[in-house]
Amino acid sequence: MVDLLLPRVRVAFRALATTFVPEATLLDDAGWIEVESVIEHALASRPPAMRRQLRTVIRLLTWLPVFTRRRTFTALDTNARTSFLHAVERSPFGIVRRGVWGLRTLVFMGYYGRPAAAAAVGWHGDPRGWAARMPGARRSGGFKPELVP
Amino acid sequence: MIDHDVDVVIIGSGAGGGTAAHALRHLPREGVSVLVLEQGPRLAQEEFTGRELEMAAALFEEGGGVLTADGAMTLAFGRVYGGSTVAYTGTSLMLPERVVTRWDTPGLTHDDVVRRATRYAEQNNVHFLADADINENNHLFVEGCRAIGCHAEQFPLNLKGCRGSGLCNLGCPNFAKQGTHRVQLPAAEREGVTVVTRAEVRSVNDRVLQVHVSGAPPGAKGAPSEWSPGDHRVHARCVIVAGGSIGSTALLLRSGFGARLPQLGERYTCHPAHILLGEHPRPIVNDVGHPKSYYLDRSDEGFILETCMYFPFITAKNMTGFGLEHSALMRAFPRLQMILVLAHDHAVPGNRITVDAAGKAVVHYTFTPAVIHALVAATRLSARIFFGAGAVRVHAPSADPPLIERCDAGRVDELVSERHFLTHRISISAAHMMGGCGMGRTVADSVTDSYGRVHGVPWLRVADSALFPDSSEVNPYLTVMALADRVAEGVLADLPMLRGVAAVAA
Repeated sequence: MVDLLLPRVRVAFRALATTFVPEATLLDDAGWIEVESVIEHALASRPPAMRRQLRTVIRLLTWLPVFTRRRTFTALDTNARTSFLHAVERSPFGIVRRGVWGLRTLVFMGYYGRPAAAAAVGWHGDPRGWAARMPGARRSGGFKPELVP
Repeated sequence: MIDHDVDVVIIGSGAGGGTAAHALRHLPREGVSVLVLEQGPRLAQEEFTGRELEMAAALFEEGGGVLTADGAMTLAFGRVYGGSTVAYTGTSLMLPERVVTRWDTPGLTHDDVVRRATRYAEQNNVHFLADADINENNHLFVEGCRAIGCHAEQFPLNLKGCRGSGLCNLGCPNFAKQGTHRVQLPAAEREGVTVVTRAEVRSVNDRVLQVHVSGAPPGAKGAPSEWSPGDHRVHARCVIVAGGSIGSTALLLRSGFGARLPQLGERYTCHPAHILLGEHPRPIVNDVGHPKSYYLDRSDEGFILETCMYFPFITAKNMTGFGLEHSALMRAFPRLQMILVLAHDHAVPGNRITVDAAGKAVVHYTFTPAVIHALVAATRLSARIFFGAGAVRVHAPSADPPLIERCDAGRVDELVSERHFLTHRISISAAHMMGGCGMGRTVADSVTDSYGRVHGVPWLRVADSALFPDSSEVNPYLTVMALADRVAEGVLADLPMLRGVAAVAA
């Protein structure tokens, strides 16, 4: 289903995604498919080069630890993965930071863009606005500001 | 290829194009045709669902994910019937006199801008929200400002029947926001102005526009175009370009006007912005109620602070870092207070709009030391406001680590620093895109005169924020409407001449 995430890329992607969002380890297959579908859908409206860049970033982050930690990213434990990505996001090379930032953004989009994740963090935006809240719910906690029109 | 013959064509339907269409709405009754071409779709009320990614995809160019050439800043701009007026929060501030003075545009006075903007503010029901309709996220900002000796001011808002969904930036699901999609465009259409959506103008040359109309993608929001999908050619007497700072500039560049207008694409500014978070020890009312009710103007220090409340993905994206601390703060969403900090950037050489080989806009932007200094100063002040309001920790993008605990509140100046302003690590967004077709005196310093007329091209005008010779320092929509009103006035004055040209050509 996902052209972007061929099987060998998907393993690395999920390892990276769970480092960015630790709760993603709790996703089942259907949850992962939803995350990846959100990303696929978003990339469909972006320049085609972005898909290639994303695959390149995933491969780069998979193999870069071999030079510093003698293992691929997927072979690292959770702490080492986090430590590695923290180092890379502070890289002196802007293009490297850009790659991590872009991947991180897509992972956040895929994870937090799902209504279930939005509800899980406690965001309850509703088109009905105040009417969707319990009757008598306080709007301002009783605080009265000095208005300056 | 289908040909059309039109008297006045307006490209874009946002604050500029929508206003121009409204100001010229009586022309069809006089036998002068007016056509608005909008690249985005026309959405029905029930299609405004408030779902974050769904609405971002429907309202914004590339879902709001357009980046600058170096990828360091996000540029979100509307591509929908009503343009960015559909997706902003309705804040309606007057252009400060100091800005008009700095713009130094012959023929443009502060009094004239205010006179016109006041008319549109009344038309759009601009007013202050009643205190009972303001949520705790906003009140805590006022309280925090007061605690540190600052004075927050209330935003005038263009709302009618606000139900407090808090979903303004995703398009109001209750149609309370009085954007051009609610006020100016429907009124213009009732008077005979034609609006065609899903119509991308690829070039404009010698009064001829090459237009491509797209079909509605399967499953996508929005009505089909009013024209048949495919290529159209529009012959016009007069053209008003109002596709937004980036869209208008890119259109003129790919149409070849850059050769005669050396300033085309220059003077780009955008109010670079950060989102800051303050975590409170208890839940606060933040995701219901209008999100942006107060601001703190620190123009003397080069920035403005505004209340805000964003949605889960945008919030996650705008926080620095990832992992356990990031997740913990996301799970604290019901306890989060938010502040948007905006820098008053100024036009500098190099910050400009160009087009690539395919004619697509490319925005080049470098953060000047003054902008970085302003964002850092704004972040420090925001941290004090959060702590003054009772927050237990603050997430500041230009701190490393980004979380500042309350016990370190006295070390904010030390912890938030310009040395931590690392592009591509911290998320920065352009709040308001401006410039590219700046007003001024001659081709040597500008693209248009103060009525938006392109130098040396009497049939071509610009009517949006592309006209700003420098940043507006405040939310620009009322100013865009005032300038578009001037453009429409200029078109009305030129109509006899334009008709004459058409008659000679015939």
